[in-house]
Amino acid sequence: MAVLIDTTGKSEARAICVRFDNKPDALLEILHAVQKADGYLADGPLREIADALNISRAEIHGVVSFYHDYYRTPPAKHIIKLCRAEACQAVGSEDLASYAKSKIDIMDNGAGDAVPVGVADVYCLGNCALGPAAMVDDKLFARMTPEKLDAIVTVLIENRS
Amino acid sequence: MTAPVKVYVSGDASALSVGADDVAQAMETMATQRNIELVVIRNGTRGMLWLEPLVEVETPAGRVAYGPVSLEDVPSLFDANFLRGGEHSLAHGLTEKIPYFARQERLTFERCGVIDPLDLDDYEACGGLTGLRKARSMAPSEIVDIVTQSGLRGRGGAGFPTGIKWKTAAEQKSEKKYICCNADEGDSGTFADRMLMEGDPYSLIEGMVIAALAVGADEGYIYLRSEYPHAAKVLRAAIKKWEAAGHSGQGADGAPAFKLHLRMGAGAYICGEESSMLESLEGKRGQVRAKPPIPAISGLFEKPTIINNVLSLATVPVILEKGADHYKHFGMGRSRGTQPFQLAGDIARGGLVEKAFGVTLDELVNDFGGGALSGKPIRAVQTGGPLGAYLPVSEFDVQMDYEALAERGAMLGHGGVVVFNNTVDMAQQARFAMEFCEIESCGKCTPCRTVQSIIGFSPRLRSRIICKPPFCMNA
Repeated sequence: MAVLIDTTGKSEARAICVRFDNKPDALLEILHAVQKADGYLADGPLREIADALNISRAEIHGVVSFYHDYYRTPPAKHIIKLCRAEACQAVGSEDLASYAKSKIDIMDNGAGDAVPVGVADVYCLGNCALGPAAMVDDKLFARMTPEKLDAIVTVLIENRS
Repeated sequence: MTAPVKVYVSGDASALSVGADDVAQAMETMATQRNIELVVIRNGTRGMLWLEPLVEVETPAGRVAYGPVSLEDVPSLFDANFLRGGEHSLAHGLTEKIPYFARQERLTFERCGVIDPLDLDDYEACGGLTGLRKARSMAPSEIVDIVTQSGLRGRGGAGFPTGIKWKTAAEQKSEKKYICCNADEGDSGTFADRMLMEGDPYSLIEGMVIAALAVGADEGYIYLRSEYPHAAKVLRAAIKKWEAAGHSGQGADGAPAFKLHLRMGAGAYICGEESSMLESLEGKRGQVRAKPPIPAISGLFEKPTIINNVLSLATVPVILEKGADHYKHFGMGRSRGTQPFQLAGDIARGGLVEKAFGVTLDELVNDFGGGALSGKPIRAVQTGGPLGAYLPVSEFDVQMDYEALAERGAMLGHGGVVVFNNTVDMAQQARFAMEFCEIESCGKCTPCRTVQSIIGFSPRLRSRIICKPPFCMNA
């Protein structure tokens, strides 16, 4: 039998919506929470969110595709966000980014199925006096060099579960 | 039995990025090993980021600074008896006598780096809550008058007089009004909002409560960019403690009279623009709204809304505390008070410098900043973020205030100063600015949506983007 709407996934989307009182204005927060739980935003949870908040799937698609933070496909397990904004450019972030991209399996915006480490561009991490800056799993790094990057990648790959 | 020595190690994200956590941990471990009683307090940062991890020791004369301290330095610091302010190659004497710090005029950042960010008693002991108590004893219109008289202008970049904005919202007849804090600090080279939220979050919350009293609002939002997870953690804890202490006032049902929410952005530069921030807060795509109506008349959920930058709101308590005249006394021309400047990029002493308006770019970059970190000659300085301007060295005599910068075709923006050395390719920077506009365009207005495509299609145009002094590209 054809399944028209797959709502059988294990996503906690519905519970998360309830936590936010099913309020449409909390959509960004809900998407963040679902992505944190599932790793990315799959079709099933998005349908559930649309249903819970009583807004159209098109509206949700509009929001998800607008913001850079949301992934529609499973991203790499760890994403190294490299700052590419001006203050970091002034201290060599562009060379660092090319190095990173030559070294690491790059998926666009860090997205890539089952890849342990990905690289993504971000524009400003607020560490502009100590650039080039990077962020890995919410941890901020300063004065990045190719050597430091290699060390971070090694640790991430060794610790992968 | 003497009281344990207090040691301050910053818990600011920038300090953590250079290993402050490890240093704090090592201090505690070594103290235990040597049977010394000490308390490590995780304060915000003083803003001297090139000295981070900065370790400060409380002595009878004041706090003595050591930095930048690495893990390897910890044993030698103990050997040098640093807990009594002993001599060491990393010692800088009293923190507040370090010229970089001593020459600043700290009003907004008075407590940042001094207190434990989440300790409300510490906050109160250092002048916190005084402004709010005064505001509670005043009529709402009096609060608005003081803010207007202080000359405070929007620190987000537009420089609109804060008092006038508040007056407009206060005059609206509505059963519901909102206070929104714009903490979507996206311009490269700016980190003052983050530093304040991590180092002195209560001053921002206090400013929001004062704003609520002034305009008659009972609900507020802080819209924080998702690139600042550390600030989010601090703010969440701060809001909880603040409300538990009853500082937001009590409504009829025992709930806080002013309910404050923290909302995270999702990586969109445009949401630093106030109307797209409102859209985002309503759970929509962050596209700009047409004005009028201005948000003070019809903003969040079409209700009268005050939208101010973190620094504007966090400056309100000190204005109430010390009076409009005290604040107005700083600054020049129509730019009154102080501006937290942020020195970034290729600069030897990067960090935050809060100074009265009127300081020259040369003083900031060379006297405070110590020139380029790389030692190379400086070619240009970007002010005002990606949509601001690049100023060549010949313009370094410009006095930093809203009008003086505008006269030179530049802008102050959020106070970021990004230094580039002579290896920078200015044409490439111009192309980057346009690429950035297109990547971050919300799609509403043509210039940033299509400029890159037009240039992209035409190699001739592409090659002709060569910047001539003063490298201005204020579109």
